[in-house]
Amino acid sequence: MAGTTRVLGGHPGLYGEYSRKGGIAITATHYCAGCGHGILHKLIAEAMVALGVQDRCILLSPVGCAVFAYYYVDCGHVQAAHGRAQAVATGISRAEDGAIVLSYQGDGDLASIGLNETIQAANRGEKIAVFFVNNTVYGMTGGQMAPTTLIGEATITSPGGRDPVQSGFPIHMCELLDTLRAPVYIERVSLSDVPHIHRARHAVRRALEIQRDGKGYAFVEVLSPCPTALRMDALAMEQFINEKMEKEFPLKLFRDRSKDTEPIHRPRSDYSKDTLDRIFGCTEETLRAEAFEDTAFETKGIKIAGFGGQGVLSMGLALAQCAYDSRRYVSWYPDYGPEQRGGTSNCSVVISGSPIGSPVVDHPDVLVAFNRPSLVKFAPTVAKGGLIICDSLVGDYAVPEGIRAIAVPATEIATEMGVPQAINVVMLGALMEVGGLGLPGEAYSGALFEVFARRPELLSLNRKLLEKGAKAARESRTT
Amino acid sequence: MVSRLVAGNSAVIIGAMYAGCDCFFGYPITPASEILHEASQYFPLAGRKFLQAESEEAAINMVYGAASSGHRVLAASSGPGISLKQEGISYLAGAELPCVIVDVCRAGPGLGNIGPEQSDYNQIVKGGGHGNYNTIVLAPNSVQEMCDLTRKAFDLAFAYRNPAVVLADGVLGHIVEPLRFPAQAVEPKIDTTWAVSGNRETKGNVITSIYLNFDELERHNVRLQRKYARIRENETAYEEYKTDDARIVLVSYGISSRIARSAVDQARREGIKAGLFRPITLFPFPEKGLMLPAARNCTFISVEMSNGQMQDDIRLATGCGRVELVNRYGGNLIRVEDLMEKIREIA
Repeated sequence: MAGTTRVLGGHPGLYGEYSRKGGIAITATHYCAGCGHGILHKLIAEAMVALGVQDRCILLSPVGCAVFAYYYVDCGHVQAAHGRAQAVATGISRAEDGAIVLSYQGDGDLASIGLNETIQAANRGEKIAVFFVNNTVYGMTGGQMAPTTLIGEATITSPGGRDPVQSGFPIHMCELLDTLRAPVYIERVSLSDVPHIHRARHAVRRALEIQRDGKGYAFVEVLSPCPTALRMDALAMEQFINEKMEKEFPLKLFRDRSKDTEPIHRPRSDYSKDTLDRIFGCTEETLRAEAFEDTAFETKGIKIAGFGGQGVLSMGLALAQCAYDSRRYVSWYPDYGPEQRGGTSNCSVVISGSPIGSPVVDHPDVLVAFNRPSLVKFAPTVAKGGLIICDSLVGDYAVPEGIRAIAVPATEIATEMGVPQAINVVMLGALMEVGGLGLPGEAYSGALFEVFARRPELLSLNRKLLEKGAKAARESRTT
Repeated sequence: MVSRLVAGNSAVIIGAMYAGCDCFFGYPITPASEILHEASQYFPLAGRKFLQAESEEAAINMVYGAASSGHRVLAASSGPGISLKQEGISYLAGAELPCVIVDVCRAGPGLGNIGPEQSDYNQIVKGGGHGNYNTIVLAPNSVQEMCDLTRKAFDLAFAYRNPAVVLADGVLGHIVEPLRFPAQAVEPKIDTTWAVSGNRETKGNVITSIYLNFDELERHNVRLQRKYARIRENETAYEEYKTDDARIVLVSYGISSRIARSAVDQARREGIKAGLFRPITLFPFPEKGLMLPAARNCTFISVEMSNGQMQDDIRLATGCGRVELVNRYGGNLIRVEDLMEKIREIA
């Protein structure tokens, strides 16, 4: 352990003593002899200090042996779930534009359970530096096969050597990410021996420079020794990386586009109430005085039903707006059902002089049916003494006893006026006239403005449709 | 006071933004998608951060990241998406990170359908992920509360450094009702005592949920349980309607409580002494509030769109054998007449 102590100690990017680790050997790491993590920790620590960004750095500890990176590296630390580090990094980076976010992950973490997070973060060009420790094996969990395990390489879960028919081929992360447009920097380096470590030091520093300059995604794959899980001595380990791993995972600078990349700046958050009031349109014009208790005003349940596209839901909203403008308690609820994605739709509107309990209308006082299927479905549910308003096109229908029904040629009127899509406004006019809802007439035309059209030319057309609907309902005989 | 007609899912975003929420990370799922839509529209207008994530898991881990750096952050989903988020919620609870998650519950199990249900009760109220933890759970029953309880959820999440969930349902997400806009806008401050924000003040902080030493992890668990006990002591909220002299007490939350309220009115018109007890916090469950009617030997009816998940909690709270259940499944709402049938049978 003495060797490890010398390698990691005495640098301002690392803690002087590893008090978070505790134990007797307070300056020794928990890593095995010959492990690559200590080297990579030190390279990161050096780059942080050399670039003067140590205070801004947040290192994401992965699941795996380096979960305790926060014992050693002197910066901010966040530990992430297995595979999720780059999503966590995205969250930090988006929230804290000034932070330099470093994601440190092994091969199982990054290339297996976290492959989606990796590709997506890279593809968005997140402002993060990713250090991908590839040692061809799950180290901490006990030496299982990794996505990067070489063909024929024996592990606990590939005891006969990795068989591509059974387990596929080693995954090449740099090559995979190199197909994406957004990443700024992609390089594969090795920690096998001193010359390789020098090149790795350069790559780590470039990745941090790109973060210092706020330019985007930097990915450094590091071929790293795990002598314990791979059951090798130092020499065998060095040969394995230099000869076998490098053959499968060639060392290469895949891209460095930092010179051609502009820094990304995230906006500053605005918390002022004025801004919120403005963007939500909280103006005198849109806000209303609240409803008042009026027990003399009876609760009314209205159901509006028809084909999708006939404006059933917006008619309900207009009625709700009308009741609301009249200072009545009101709720609007669009019904679900298997037919929601096409076919028929319906909504419930409850209008009351007191706070509303159930917003769902099981037994409507008024049913507005735009088509025959809606009439057939809901007519039997109408409350005793209730009213049905339907389009004249629905044809003959035996209305349940004790229910009044009025047919209005809404489709005909809307078509004649050249706006066949405005059947709902005609129906609203009919409802205004004969619905007995106790809401003032001017509230209906006001609601048209709120819900349908703020353009004056449409408003006058809608008023005409409303009047025609009302007139037709007046003239309509009770069927 | 002035107000405007607003949909429940929109009210969540209004509540969150006036509460100083800085980040939203989401993934589309019916019937919660409008929260995502509204966030994509309004967050950027105030320089707040919006991102559509690649998955529910990524979204909740982005929440974890932004929360780690001390920011107010919101996520929203529904049943199947919440199931996927549970890993992240466990990490958030373990690392004691504040955030707000809205669950607009739909019908299950499995893919189920997009109609309303309350069957996420257990997976929200009882923790849901691995480990011994609880989230703070608030249950709105109106558009106004979709806004107000989202705001309150942020306050509680930060007061206790704990995830808080707003548990709604498909009806509450889509219903349109008047909303009184918040009178104040919160300008949040980063708590540098624990956050990791990428600056000198917070360089010494660590966000983690790993405690390798058994005794240390046990101490962490005990500390969490003490925190939950404090939440139970201080934050329980409920509403009572005509329970003073009630012989039959309906216990219900969310949209079902609105239907139950109508049933109480109907029962009273028929001369039956019925009342409504509505938990506003589901964790902590308002056990003490239920003890009074239990002491009067009332009959309880759990009114829920699930298989008696809340009924179990009412039984535990009251020690009472007579807890009836009126429920529906599959996206169907409970009808006032279904409730009246049971009320008349008991009366």
